[in-house]
Amino acid sequence: MLFSENILVALAGLRANIMRSLLTMLGIIIGIASVIAIMTVGNSITVMVNETMQGLGANNIQMGINYKPQEEDVSESGMDFGDGYMRAVTDEDLISQDMLDAFQEKYKDKIQYILLEERVANSTVTIGKNSANIQIVGYNKDNIDFMDIDMVDGRKFLARDYADAKNVCMVSDKFVERLYDGDTSKALGTMVDVPINGDYHSYYIVGVYEYVPDQFSFGDANNPTTTFYLPLSTAREETHNQGKGYEWLTLVTTIDTDNDSFSEEVRDYFNMTFYAKNDAFEIQVINMESMMDSMNTMINTIQLALSVIAGISLVVGGIGVMNIMLVSITERTKEIGTRKALGATNGSIRLQFITESVVICVIGGIIGIILGIALGSLAMKVMGYQAAISVSSIVIAVGFSMAIGIFFGYYPANKAAQLNPIDALRYE
Amino acid sequence: MSQELMLDLRDIHKSFFIGTPNEFEVLHGLNFTVNKGEFVSIVGQSGSGKSTLMNIIGALDRPTAGEYNLDGVDIEKAKDNELSAIRNKKIGFVFQTYNLIARTTALKNVELPMMYAGVGRGEREERAKHLLEEVGMSDRMMHKPDELSGGQKQRVAIARAMANDPAIILADEPTGALDSATGRLIMDIFHRLHEEQGKTIVLITHSPELSKETQRIITLKDGTITGESTGNWSGLNRKEEA
Ligand SMILES: Nc1ncnc2c1ncn2[C@@H]1O[C@H](COP(=O)(O)OP(=O)(O)OP(=O)(O)O)[C@@H](O)[C@H]1O
Ligand SMILES: [Mg+2]
Repeated sequence: MLFSENILVALAGLRANIMRSLLTMLGIIIGIASVIAIMTVGNSITVMVNETMQGLGANNIQMGINYKPQEEDVSESGMDFGDGYMRAVTDEDLISQDMLDAFQEKYKDKIQYILLEERVANSTVTIGKNSANIQIVGYNKDNIDFMDIDMVDGRKFLARDYADAKNVCMVSDKFVERLYDGDTSKALGTMVDVPINGDYHSYYIVGVYEYVPDQFSFGDANNPTTTFYLPLSTAREETHNQGKGYEWLTLVTTIDTDNDSFSEEVRDYFNMTFYAKNDAFEIQVINMESMMDSMNTMINTIQLALSVIAGISLVVGGIGVMNIMLVSITERTKEIGTRKALGATNGSIRLQFITESVVICVIGGIIGIILGIALGSLAMKVMGYQAAISVSSIVIAVGFSMAIGIFFGYYPANKAAQLNPIDALRYE
Repeated sequence: MSQELMLDLRDIHKSFFIGTPNEFEVLHGLNFTVNKGEFVSIVGQSGSGKSTLMNIIGALDRPTAGEYNLDGVDIEKAKDNELSAIRNKKIGFVFQTYNLIARTTALKNVELPMMYAGVGRGEREERAKHLLEEVGMSDRMMHKPDELSGGQKQRVAIARAMANDPAIILADEPTGALDSATGRLIMDIFHRLHEEQGKTIVLITHSPELSKETQRIITLKDGTITGESTGNWSGLNRKEEA
């Protein structure tokens, strides 16, 4: 009851001195606004990074061959600078299909998919006056299944397309729009000639999928580079890699697999079973989940560091509030004396002025939050990303401005409370 | 018939700048009592120590030496918070300079002592309205002090002094800043409070006429009581005079 009265008194005081109140709040406004802006930007980047990595597959494990760490071995000639002695990759070092078959057999209840791909080239297909940009990539069946492509017309690859390395392809609706007037029935079943490294290769169009632009696609929006899907075996023929192993691949695990421990298991399995005798190479495993975690930790650390720097202006703002509270108490000495004559205790005077300081800081904080969100969103918009507002930072900011109000209001309020009633009443 | 005492001051001394070379005594051992329901005035030259005495009576200041008993409470022994409660519930102050709280309405000003007493909002507002009505200010309740004349401000201040139905009203030159007609109006309110509600009133005034309206006149000179006389007070007299 007394508390709500105090808030009303504080608000009346602020209204009577709008310009001074605003200037007093400025430090708090700037401090909170910059912290919130930093939080908003940081949060947006985190969300974006996470979405992107989620897109790459959060429960994915990347594995590939990597140089074995060199034993510290100092020869007579001096230091051994690793790389100088490292030999190039040979076909024997690669992860072979046999290894994968054995691996999959052993861990079949933990592995959902083994994703393999073969990048062939980027190219431009021309029919008459029209052209379409493509990137030619081969995928295995697991990979196509995993990607969950939305078909507009036609079909996906069949088992025999993969097995027999058929010259079949899937193209985007964008590709059909540019080269076949958007008529999928016209495109389906036709042979398309694709220039690859100077030679023309012909593929039979079996499917048309829906192109979804992603945020990383640069260049001409009317003629984006869309994916030209081939069966993995077909692509590997193109790159003369048929029958060879893979330098890297991606594992998609089943839902209830713990990727952290499974990553280690995979690494140990491959290195002990297949790479123990290899003189230069071993298998390295990267768990996307832990990579995402460390990425988030990094962003959070940077964000925190920046916020702390911005927070310093809050301290300056707090000192400003304290200063103006001291001025206000001096101006209102007689009022304090009167209140004491009417029966105000030291405690109620203290509460009155702390409330006033908290009200100043919280209003400043709220203005700061609005300003900060606006600034942060604007920054994200300029960078071309979606702004993600961090709700927790808003709650913290309100709490923090209250704390500043209490902390920097306490000294002036206490000074007011300690005033001798008669000295206060006699004050001119 | 023994009268009950409202105020009992014995050998009250008050010094300022204690412990410095400038130390000087303003009140030199005052002795006097005020009965319950009495209307007393204190007169004396400027600087004689009237306000200093009033502040001690009002529990705003403590005497340097002496004993002071207000309505049975030993004031020298009371702690700060107890003094706050005494000022809040037993005493109603009326100042020469009104001392209304700026930026708040007349109504809120009257509610203030009740707020410190912990009276609930509804009851507070009802009583404040009633008090303002009694001093003829019901049409100015929502006005702020800077929108009121001196006489109106003082009437609000009297309503505020009455907020917690105090045992005693202390008024330090309440008409000092007002013209005689307005002063008359204020004095009538005091008389009414005294007669109709039996309030004990201590009034400081420079005006000999006003002091004569009271029951007893205490004269202060250089910090000593130099005389006590009976006033011409009588309920009927007052009305004839007005
Ligand atoms: N807080 C104080 N500090 C120092 N001296 C004071 C203080 N209060 C009063 N005095 C001194 O005490 C003396 C009496 O002052 P007081 O205000 O009691 O006089 P008064 O009788 O009320 O005068 P007036 O009629 O002008 O109001 C004066 O000399 C004044 O300077
Ligand atoms: Mg005086």
